[in-house]
Amino acid sequence: MSENTLTIDGKPVHFKDGDTIMEAAIRAGIYIPHLCHDPELKPQGNCKMCEVKVNGRNCSACTFPAAEGQKVLNNIKELNENRRIIVQMLFVEGNHLCPGCEKSGNCKLQAIAYSVGMMEYRFPLIYPKREMDTSHPDILLDRNRCIFCEMCVRAGREVDGKEVFAISGRGIGNHLIVNSPSGLLKDSLLEVTDKAANVCPVGAIIIKRHGFEVPIGQRIYDKKQIAEVSVATEKVLEEKVHG
Amino acid sequence: MAEKLKIATTSLGGCFGCHMSFLDIDERIIDLFDLVEFDRSPLTDIKHCSEYVDIGLIEGGVCNSENVHTLREFRKSCKVLIAVGACAINGGLPALRNFIPLEECLAESYLTGEGIDNPQIPSDIELPLLLDKVHPIHELVKVDYFLPGCPPSGNAFWRFITDLAAGKTPTLPYDLVHYD
Amino acid sequence: MTWSESKQEKVLAIVSKHEIRQTRLLQILREVQDEFHCVPKNALEIVAAELGLARTKVEGVVQFYSLLSLEQQGRFHILFSDSITDQFQGSRELMDYLSAKLGVKPGQTRSDGKVSLGFTSCTGLCDQGPAGLVNGHWLSRLNESRIDRIVDLVEREVPVSSWPLEFFHVEDNIQSPGLLLQSPIDQGEALKQLVREGFEEIFMEINRSGLRGRGGAGFETAWKWRFCAEGPEDYSGSSLVDKNERFVVCNADEGEPGTFKDRILLNSYAHQVFEGMTVCAGIVGAKQGFLYLRGEYLRLRPQLEAILANRRAKNFLGKSILGRNGFDFDIEIHMGAGAYVCGEESALIESLEGKRGVPRVRPPYPIDRGYLDQPTVVNNVETFAAVAAIAAYGGAWFATQGTDKSKGSKIISISGDCERPGIYEYDFGISIAEILMDCGAENTLAVQVGGPSGGIISGKEYHRKLAFEDLGTGGSFMIFNKKRDVLEIVRNFTHFFAHESCGFCTPCRVGTTLLKNEVDKICDGHATSLDLVGLSSLAKFIKTASHCGLGQSAANPVLGSLSHFPQAYKDRFKDVVFEPGFDLDESLETARRMSARDDPWAHLEQ
Ligand SMILES: Cc1cc2nc3c(=O)[nH]c(=O)nc-3n(C[C@H](O)[C@H](O)[C@H](O)COP(=O)(O)O)c2cc1C
Ligand code: SF4
Ligand code: SF4
Ligand code: SF4
Repeated sequence: MSENTLTIDGKPVHFKDGDTIMEAAIRAGIYIPHLCHDPELKPQGNCKMCEVKVNGRNCSACTFPAAEGQKVLNNIKELNENRRIIVQMLFVEGNHLCPGCEKSGNCKLQAIAYSVGMMEYRFPLIYPKREMDTSHPDILLDRNRCIFCEMCVRAGREVDGKEVFAISGRGIGNHLIVNSPSGLLKDSLLEVTDKAANVCPVGAIIIKRHGFEVPIGQRIYDKKQIAEVSVATEKVLEEKVHG
Repeated sequence: MAEKLKIATTSLGGCFGCHMSFLDIDERIIDLFDLVEFDRSPLTDIKHCSEYVDIGLIEGGVCNSENVHTLREFRKSCKVLIAVGACAINGGLPALRNFIPLEECLAESYLTGEGIDNPQIPSDIELPLLLDKVHPIHELVKVDYFLPGCPPSGNAFWRFITDLAAGKTPTLPYDLVHYD
Repeated sequence: MTWSESKQEKVLAIVSKHEIRQTRLLQILREVQDEFHCVPKNALEIVAAELGLARTKVEGVVQFYSLLSLEQQGRFHILFSDSITDQFQGSRELMDYLSAKLGVKPGQTRSDGKVSLGFTSCTGLCDQGPAGLVNGHWLSRLNESRIDRIVDLVEREVPVSSWPLEFFHVEDNIQSPGLLLQSPIDQGEALKQLVREGFEEIFMEINRSGLRGRGGAGFETAWKWRFCAEGPEDYSGSSLVDKNERFVVCNADEGEPGTFKDRILLNSYAHQVFEGMTVCAGIVGAKQGFLYLRGEYLRLRPQLEAILANRRAKNFLGKSILGRNGFDFDIEIHMGAGAYVCGEESALIESLEGKRGVPRVRPPYPIDRGYLDQPTVVNNVETFAAVAAIAAYGGAWFATQGTDKSKGSKIISISGDCERPGIYEYDFGISIAEILMDCGAENTLAVQVGGPSGGIISGKEYHRKLAFEDLGTGGSFMIFNKKRDVLEIVRNFTHFFAHESCGFCTPCRVGTTLLKNEVDKICDGHATSLDLVGLSSLAKFIKTASHCGLGQSAANPVLGSLSHFPQAYKDRFKDVVFEPGFDLDESLETARRMSARDDPWAHLEQ
């Protein structure tokens, strides 16, 4: 094998020094399911959707360093079953009423759920009581749908250079808070062009007045699976950010 | 020809949208009648399940005591029970009331809300009592299959039922699975 | 609302006492909490502004640690330990008693603002329970008559500092000392040896001793230090090259329910622990050390500070220790604030930096990038105590005891159903049966070795041995007799993990709560054999998919009891296919009451 090569599901993949397995995979056009990863943001590894087997050991692809000769298993039954459990957990943890959600059809959580064949919830629902913040003229924050991926938190800090969102609480009591004297979005620095306002993989942060714009059937994931969509968009971004 | 499958359907805390969507199979309903016969269902107006039913389709979540009895009757009679649509699977829109204490819901509707004269909470043994929360049906009985959608499309119904009639585990192609 | 100037002054004084350092955020917030019985919004803003932090960062920290609160708590804030051994000693009933007398419920603050009650995770007094905390100070051996007196003191608003000392009295309760506890070193003995023999020589002694970490994971101490001293990035072939700053951290978080041996070491052997840290500092080349003391051990702090001062005076700490040029080291005490996960070394480091205690991604490991991203050694209290003894007496003294793979001795904390709970020290390799005999345990149903995150064993396995290669433990050893219900134990532990999950990763954040709900369903008698299938697959998933050791062990109580006590589950199962996880008839209660009905149709069978 040539240098800086690992395999993912048997397929040789070249990686650059400093790459994580996820970065190498994205560049090679291989989809490893993920909800909390974005090439522009520092990987954090909280959703655990990208768990792969590296030489037999479970690791988060988005944070685990790529190394010579690693045998990575990704698209296998056991891992996809785990991924189904994770989406089921996220669905029962929050309040996801897709029929009434502006993000439906364009939502990554929903799309991964479709692609791992989630037909049922499996677990009893938790029905947490969560607050909605409608104060901002252009942006809606509906915490019922938040999955704590911290993408908005990191995007604010790392890309927009603003401290807007943070996670507070602990464990199942985690909740998203907003950095402003009133705790409301309208008094924060968030603007509609910020990455933080646009990065949410689910319908927790929504740009107002654009809901239900695209008819059913033409939304991002109506016909195309997330694997296809993700590879197409993230490869470009990855190459832009890390070369 | 093999004996026809017996199907029963009902709506608990639902809007009958799933039933309407079922009818979107359009003319295929004629083919369907070659395969199945309808037992208890709003389509037949039969009020109770026969002792033995092959497939039960449940629309809607469990909101009140009557829903519980109906669901149990279905579970008892039906060999295969299918949760149909968002409400049966996760409570759906009726579950929005889960975030408001039932006490407040009832008070707002019958005692303090706008335009109420003669405020009183109805008390009649004919009326089912509300559960304090709306539950998806898998929290009350064992469910065999789930058919998501709000509502599931006619094509999804068709696929599901013809698969079952053919003795297969029902599977839906990607574009027929959706939660809305 | 304007905030009085004197209050502002107080907050500012606290911040400046901590030199306006961000890493002191948690320490600052603890003091604010002490002062105001909560962290008031205004104080939060002042702290954030002074430290140059976003208010959300400060709020996130307050809401993470269970001993801090945004809501106003009582001037007397009383918490009862909710550990299983305290529960079995009647803590729940005592709380009911106290709550009725004071007229306030657990989790609430009385309207006059005088008193608030609550439960907390294990307080480390399992051998002298039921135990609790009042304004952060231990309360031991609670009983009704003691509670009567507490109620009287609260109502008369007698400050905690004037309460009878016996309420706070905590004994070491050493029942059976061994290798370490029998032969404490003389102050400075290890350091003198270090300076005399040289760092490399003492390092070799520690290597020779075969010492493995006492905090649970059992990593070889010498190797950890070697990695830290060398640092993978600047490894240049010759050892102990110093390019980075290095840190030594003593992990005194001792949060595993049923563990209290570090309490004794810090109470009576603190010199030796600090000396072990100093030896480590010399070898790895660290200038700064921290003792991360769990919030519940507040009572120990003044005496520990005094010992540190004493050691500085003797030049066991400070500049050029014992005259050796360049051997500079000092130790600072950082208090935790109620978060079990902060015992995990990378979460502990986050907490030391003043942040939420969320475990880091590894690699990099702390030995490579730890505190402030510098190479950091984290060791348990007992590990450092052993290090000092090994430095003083030599590696062979230690290595000749114990087993081949587990050298030396282990201090264990015994609690639960036995005649003589307390501290026991054994050479590794002792059998569970012998331990049970020593502490006077009879009719033992099960032993929980290593606390909730460890394993439960039943009678068939009492021949097994205490050793890393067989039954490892960080020190918790809980005994349950045949009157106890295994599922109540599982329930308690499962609730513990759900309460302590940091919430960072999905499998543990959501999974521990689902597990808790499912175990509740079983204990409440609503489960059927169908539930079992779901329970064990959920448990296995949480174990394999979680980010850190907490999540990876959170399902151990369920998995262990399923394999060792399957009958306990079967006894609870209903002979039906499925039953709801909630009380159906109960859920009609509101509607029944409001419509004034009680007819047969107004009820549901489960
Ligand atoms: C959830 C969790 C809690 C822990 N709590 C403690 C603790 O209270 N004390 C401790 O020494 N180690 C604890 N550990 C282990 C530490 O991460 C670490 O391995 C240890 O401090 C290393 O010291 P040692 O090598 O001397 O054992 C905990 C680990 C986890 C995952
Ligand atoms: S965020 Fe996604 S999964 Fe949640 S309700 Fe909206 S579309 Fe559905
Ligand atoms: S709001 Fe969206 S981006 Fe932010 S943490 Fe929640 S799910 Fe993630
Ligand atoms: S396993 Fe639990 S405690 Fe550990 S990081 Fe994940 S949520 Fe936090």
